[in-house]
Amino acid sequence: MAAEAQKVPAGKPPILRIKDLKVSFDTPDGEVHAVTGLDFELAHGETLAIVGESGSGKSQTAMAIMGLLAENGTASGAAIFDDQDLMQLSQDELNEVRGKEISMIFQDPMTALNPYLTIEKQMIEVIMHHQGLGREEARAHAVEMLRAVRIADPEERIHDYPHQYSGGMRQRVLIAMGLLCEPQLLIADEPTTALDVTVQAQIIHLIAELRQKSSMSIIIITHDLAVVADIADHIIVMYAGQMVERGTARDIFYRPQHPYTQGLLRSVPRLDRVGGTALQAIPGNPPNPVSVPAGCRFRDRCEFAQDACKEDPPLRETDDGRASRCVLEMDREVSR
Amino acid sequence: MIQEGIVRHGIGRLVSLIPTLLMLITIAFFLIRVAPGGPFDSEKPLPPEIRANLDAKYHLDEPLVQQYFRYLGQILVLDFGPSYQYKDWTVNELIARGFPVSLTIGGLAMVLAFVFGTSIGIAAALRQNSAVDYGAMGFAMLGISIPNFVIAPALILLFAVYAGWLPAGGWDWSVQRMILPVVTLALPVIAYIARLTRGSMIEVLHSNYIRTARAKGLPMSQIIRRHALKPALLPVISYMGPATAGLITGSVIIERIYSIPGLGSYFVTGALNRDYTLVMGVVIFYGVVIILLNFIVDLLYAWLNPRIRYDEAS
Amino acid sequence: MQLPPKETLLAMAATETADDDPFAAALAQEPVRGRSLWSDAWHRLLKNRAAVTSGVIMIVMVLMVIFGPMLSEWSGDYTDWDHTAAPPSLETGHWFGTDAVGRDIFVRTLEGGRISLLVGVVATLVSLIIGVSYGAIAGYYGGSTDKLMMRIVDIIYALPFMFFVILLMVVFGRNILLIFVAIGAVNWLDMARIVRGQTLGLKNTEYVEAARACGVGHWAIIRRHIVPNLIGVVMVYVTLTIPQVILVESFLSFLGLGVQEPMSSWGALVNDGAQDMESAPWTLAFPAAFLTITLYCFNYIGDGMRDALDPKDKS
Repeated sequence: MAAEAQKVPAGKPPILRIKDLKVSFDTPDGEVHAVTGLDFELAHGETLAIVGESGSGKSQTAMAIMGLLAENGTASGAAIFDDQDLMQLSQDELNEVRGKEISMIFQDPMTALNPYLTIEKQMIEVIMHHQGLGREEARAHAVEMLRAVRIADPEERIHDYPHQYSGGMRQRVLIAMGLLCEPQLLIADEPTTALDVTVQAQIIHLIAELRQKSSMSIIIITHDLAVVADIADHIIVMYAGQMVERGTARDIFYRPQHPYTQGLLRSVPRLDRVGGTALQAIPGNPPNPVSVPAGCRFRDRCEFAQDACKEDPPLRETDDGRASRCVLEMDREVSR
Repeated sequence: MIQEGIVRHGIGRLVSLIPTLLMLITIAFFLIRVAPGGPFDSEKPLPPEIRANLDAKYHLDEPLVQQYFRYLGQILVLDFGPSYQYKDWTVNELIARGFPVSLTIGGLAMVLAFVFGTSIGIAAALRQNSAVDYGAMGFAMLGISIPNFVIAPALILLFAVYAGWLPAGGWDWSVQRMILPVVTLALPVIAYIARLTRGSMIEVLHSNYIRTARAKGLPMSQIIRRHALKPALLPVISYMGPATAGLITGSVIIERIYSIPGLGSYFVTGALNRDYTLVMGVVIFYGVVIILLNFIVDLLYAWLNPRIRYDEAS
Repeated sequence: MQLPPKETLLAMAATETADDDPFAAALAQEPVRGRSLWSDAWHRLLKNRAAVTSGVIMIVMVLMVIFGPMLSEWSGDYTDWDHTAAPPSLETGHWFGTDAVGRDIFVRTLEGGRISLLVGVVATLVSLIIGVSYGAIAGYYGGSTDKLMMRIVDIIYALPFMFFVILLMVVFGRNILLIFVAIGAVNWLDMARIVRGQTLGLKNTEYVEAARACGVGHWAIIRRHIVPNLIGVVMVYVTLTIPQVILVESFLSFLGLGVQEPMSSWGALVNDGAQDMESAPWTLAFPAAFLTITLYCFNYIGDGMRDALDPKDKS
């Protein structure tokens, strides 16, 4: 379960501060608002999970931080990393951060590696570029890193092409690639979605293990709460471009505040749930992102919806860092 | 093993060429033989005994099937027989005379087309939706739409008749006489390759592995050179086969307009005069050239693509 | 899948793959609106200025070749010995000038246009009929039938088709019917490939499987379910084939292997004009311009239709 004990001394400033992040896309059908004002902080050594359905804006948050939005996308707000605002950096300045200070792992390992280059070439170029090492040193380092992510026989396998690896192994390679320069922050966007269930567990286990060994901060983005149950310190739940709930993993799992989070939990198979409760999908669909209605964005699907929900709900926060964007009072008795 | 995949691939392709070649020869042969009127049906009917002699000489008196297999046997040893029209020439000799000229123009046009086509396409893709992009693609559309038999007279008017910088036609293996034909021949291929390259480069730049490369913090120039260039050029490589066919077809027109004694000129003359052996010989010869070039392009493609080159399973 | 409705446009907003697309998944659950798919495509096409301009020009062009010759006082085969190789002039009534034997270029260009456009449309229809039936059958039956049929296409594909058209013209003489058939008969391969690919994809969709489960016959399924869904891609392809066919015909006519006197086409006129281009450049310029404009416009319309129906290509 989530480690409440932070590995970092208190008082150190957060490694990443997101302030009023907005992401939108200019499409032929109008302006699509993917993220509409997101704030959060990430402490040194913390593992944060951002959870939400498809279209909640969770992946675009990561893309905006990395400066990797599609060409028709624009982001505003601030992403303060190491005292510099990533949003204000030029591409050249961003390149000094990407791959070196912040690494990212993508959702689909089958297409995330260049099929025309050997694993070796794709790995050593990162080291050679960011650390100025020679080819031989870089290769040795890459081999070590492959060994660390449990690729068998890395001296030989490094010469292979991506198609000679299985999906799970490719994701390991991508993780190894991300860790080459010992980044302070690792962003993993749905790292297990494209993989078999058993392989998923292995990859999550690997990330958890790497987290233990280093002081690296991690953001895991997923639609699957179950994936992050064991490794997240904190969880942010996103819905239709907004954060709807924030809390420690324990809070989110055992005392969910927002009706949407509760719905999400009911749709996750759990072994510890008392028998008799069937899995439930949340009825309905998220609002059209081109014209998001005023008021609570979840109200059409919410069993507790009331007149007050036609106004934008406040983000209620407590001193221990919990937050819920709902008209309902926090800490009411949760009926499950 | 390293080259095993490509060798297996190559052999498979080579075997699959056989039905294509057979079909090429068969269609050409029977098409000619069902044709109304033979090569010796001139205005004045020949005396029967001369006619019979001629028929015997060219084996036209044998049953069709026998002729077919005789022809097939000849083709196997690359003997296309005598020309009906050019009485003292064999088709082989005519091909040997004409083809080097056509090959020179076609080869130069191909090089020109590849260099300019890919450069224009990449430049347009990297500045997508800019003035450079619109200009390049407008030009490319023009290059595709204007037939080369319109471009050729226009170029002759401009550069030969009005400006007087270049000769209007003829052939003496000099560079001046090559410039206009080669440029005319290359223009539509440049245009097509530019469109193709632009499209595939844009697609590659949107691919996940380019995103990964950007997330690594590599500068854009390095990403394009190391990660994007090769996959973006692969479709162009596979277009080289059809492009060859296009160049050969185009050379028929170009040679006629610029009065170049290439194989295309012989072909048109032969077609207009019903010189069956010559026409058939050229069709088969060019067919074989196109098929072989497709094969080479295919091998090149496989070699550039690690998924085929290192294919361990069948 | 081929004609993505709104969802795909929204999907373009993100670089994620389809299954985690921010909004596509949400919208995909809305009922599919068949009407709006076409009207969306239509609106996108109308926004494409190059395509719309080309469309208008082509409408004018078609009206001109049909009615234009009636406006002139001259007829196409009349030789005006008073004005041979005369430059364009309003006074003589030879608006585009005359050729070396005094025939009116304006009328001849438009009458040649009739033939060129007619060949373009008819030969395209021939290739359309062959290609669609062949491709739909191969794709629908699949398996070894498909394999064999596509292998044949591959083989024919590798043949130098232009030479075969020439061979056909040489062997069977030059008449216009043969031109239709010859060009159409060698141009159906692309169409067959495209249709086959589409059919293969459609075959496994739920509604086709449902129809099959209900005992609907093969032909009925092909006719009612497969063919209507192919219309979009086929339309695009037809628009792009017409200029190709016109080009092939003019190529043949330019070589003297196409349409014969007294009939004419743009290719034949360009050939005539090229002979006299030094003394009477207008004899080359007008037919060449009409031909080029037509090809240019068709290509732009085809491109525009493809982008409108499959916006994935454009980002």
